[in-house]
Amino acid sequence: MDNKIAAVTMRNITKRFGPTLANDKVWLNIYRGEILALLGENGSGKTTLMNMLSGIYFPDEGEIAIDGKPVVIRSPKDAFAFGIGMIHQHFKLVDVLTATENIILGLEGKLDLKAAAKKIREICDTYGFEVDPDQKIYDMSVSQKQTVEIVKVLYRGADILILDEPTAVLTPQETDKLFAVLRNMRDAGKAIVIITHKMHEVESLSDRVAVLRHGQFIGDMPTKSTNAQEMTNMMVGHPVVLNIDRPEPLDPMPRIEVKNLTVRDVEGTVKLDDVSFTANSGEILGIAGISGSGQKELLEAIAGLQPVEKGSIEYIHDDGRREQLLGKDPFAIQEMGVALSFVPEDRLGMGLVGNMDLGNNMMLRSYRKGKSPFTNRKAPYKLAHQMVDFLEISTPSVETPVRRLSGGNVQKVLVGREIANAPSVLLTAYAVRGLDINSSYLIYDTINSQKMRGVAVLYVGEDLDVLLELCDRILVLCGGKVSGIVPGRGAKKRDVGMMMTKLGGKDDE
Amino acid sequence: MFDFVSFIPRAVVQGIPLLLGSTGETITEKSGNLNLGIPGIMYVGGISGVIGSFYYEAGKTAQDMNTALTILIPLGCCLLGSFLMGLLYCFLTVTLRANQNVTGLALTTFGVGFGNFFGGSLIKLSGSSLPSIIMTNTSNVFRRTLPFADKMGVFGKLFLNYGFLAYAAVVIALAAAYVLGHTRTGLHLRAVGESPTTADAAGINVTRYKYVATCVGAMIAGLGGLYYVMDYACGVWTNDAFGDRGWLAIALVIFTIWRPNVGVLASFLFGGLYILHMYIPSGMNLAVKELYKMAPYVVTIIVLVITSMRNKRENQPPASLGLPYFREER
Repeated sequence: MDNKIAAVTMRNITKRFGPTLANDKVWLNIYRGEILALLGENGSGKTTLMNMLSGIYFPDEGEIAIDGKPVVIRSPKDAFAFGIGMIHQHFKLVDVLTATENIILGLEGKLDLKAAAKKIREICDTYGFEVDPDQKIYDMSVSQKQTVEIVKVLYRGADILILDEPTAVLTPQETDKLFAVLRNMRDAGKAIVIITHKMHEVESLSDRVAVLRHGQFIGDMPTKSTNAQEMTNMMVGHPVVLNIDRPEPLDPMPRIEVKNLTVRDVEGTVKLDDVSFTANSGEILGIAGISGSGQKELLEAIAGLQPVEKGSIEYIHDDGRREQLLGKDPFAIQEMGVALSFVPEDRLGMGLVGNMDLGNNMMLRSYRKGKSPFTNRKAPYKLAHQMVDFLEISTPSVETPVRRLSGGNVQKVLVGREIANAPSVLLTAYAVRGLDINSSYLIYDTINSQKMRGVAVLYVGEDLDVLLELCDRILVLCGGKVSGIVPGRGAKKRDVGMMMTKLGGKDDE
Repeated sequence: MFDFVSFIPRAVVQGIPLLLGSTGETITEKSGNLNLGIPGIMYVGGISGVIGSFYYEAGKTAQDMNTALTILIPLGCCLLGSFLMGLLYCFLTVTLRANQNVTGLALTTFGVGFGNFFGGSLIKLSGSSLPSIIMTNTSNVFRRTLPFADKMGVFGKLFLNYGFLAYAAVVIALAAAYVLGHTRTGLHLRAVGESPTTADAAGINVTRYKYVATCVGAMIAGLGGLYYVMDYACGVWTNDAFGDRGWLAIALVIFTIWRPNVGVLASFLFGGLYILHMYIPSGMNLAVKELYKMAPYVVTIIVLVITSMRNKRENQPPASLGLPYFREER
């Protein structure tokens, strides 16, 4: 295999950001007709390395060769000229423009939207995409946006495609569709690089894997000759246990009872429709659903942040006393022990203040405590230190603004703070979004330890494999309605996937 | 009976400086730069033109003056002055990534001070007994209308009765709308203002677009100041006479939901609202007059409320308006 000329060869690539070494003498070959999976933990330099190929960054040292010829890539424009196209993790699309306008953005020549739309339709027909060239981006679902991104690079004639965590935001069905397209493109002789954290995707899709750790190239091998355990060990640098623990629930008692909950958003669209369920103490209730099916509204309604049209949410005390949560203000609900650790798309949007340091962010939960008019600053900083140690948060100090931390570490701070409050109900959404394996497992362990403490955990997740392994029961939402509640043990991924897209999950006759 | 034939031309000449200011500001804002220095830039544009024409006109009679130079000297000075202001704004906000609001407000304060300082100096130099500089000859050239305009009755009065800068303002606004909506340059500029990261990844030079758009916008806005002095005010510069037209121009940008072609009619409407108090009999009660003077601002607030309520994405300001862009920021 190695005797053919590599489409891209990266030799001795080094990139520094200030004092941190993002890439340290990395060697990488990318071949045509092959899907390469690039693996590594958060902050191991995968995205940085690929950004140097796509012209966003410029390497400090080392050289890049395309088809054996050394080249210099100074800007995204240069990268396009060499046939390199990158689909970024955060889509680079302008919301108020149409698909066509986005696709031709940055190209030269006279503006002819009709001709461009025609060429876009041709590309779509060739590879089996579905894109409406005249649709505005803000009207599109996440997977449609991603399709536009892929068409964008193909339109520019890219035959070396880089996809940075393309499946992080897709449903299982959408992922399958994407993978089919990627296989089509590989068979058409294109070189494809995919960055992902999901091991089963690496195994099912890629032909070869390359592993980075702390900015260094660890090794590469054909996917067939390796397995998830070996790859993970290479990524982390020491053996890791890959099973998610699922201890039996200890003495589950009803803790939160939601009845006939209906929620409308500001524009009057029904977000939750007649939702009823019970969350038990000492149990993890997973909530599955396509993004935007009402998960956010459900958690916010329980936390008292969302106006409710009708229904009831009752908190059941240990002694069986019932208390209505609706109509209580969020602070009172928090005092009862309901903690919300919501990780929205932008991570910093809710719960943490980006410009404040770790200690001050801890204080957001504790500043009301005590009678003195002055706040207690020591305790939150002590808590911050404990968290940094316990959750292995990598930060220069607890005085560092949270904004400067990498995404994974920000999430650890948020989840850590909510847990430190010793809650009786833990609401968490997308707790591991974008986190690498090691950090994800740390979060799962933390959530499990809360469960063993008797906390009722509501876990909104997007990775079905994890939901199926971690949760005791899974509530599936579909368009704001409860599609079904299934036991986590023994549930089939396919069934849950069907329930996400169709109420009840049954095929229509 | 309300006298439309005399009201409309006055509304138009009131509206032209606003139109130029808002066209300039719209182009600027489309690149993501919220230039609150526009009032100052228009003021500098006005005084720069005045300085140019003051020295050209000094000691000459109308016969001595070359028509082309009479126009080109103030025009060139005005464009240069406002260009330098735009360049200063860009250097501070794009290159040094200073806060756009603070920079803009500082430029407005600076521009007004600059104008008043040189305005005051020129008044001293001219030895005039009035606190103003009068450039009648230059103004006459700027206000020259088509020779047959007077003979065309109401039509001539309503449509042909303006100096060349007024028509230029309308042409510039329509051209700006066309460029923004129908050319690649416009598409790229809008992308820069909406999402500079996206534009950058697509190979668009974000810094260059921001600089060019802001400087061109400043020059167009500066023409508004020039028009005000040479045409509207008949060549009379008085310190602080420009008033709050600069702010009104910024309000007009919001009113027109970032569309220069809408700005043509909207600016005349604003101009009309601005002088409405002179046409509506309000008796001796001055308080009522003051209420009428609020009209343009009230209308802007109403438009803001309506566009915010409709929440249509196309009618919102450019998404990255007011935010600095730095490629390697995370």
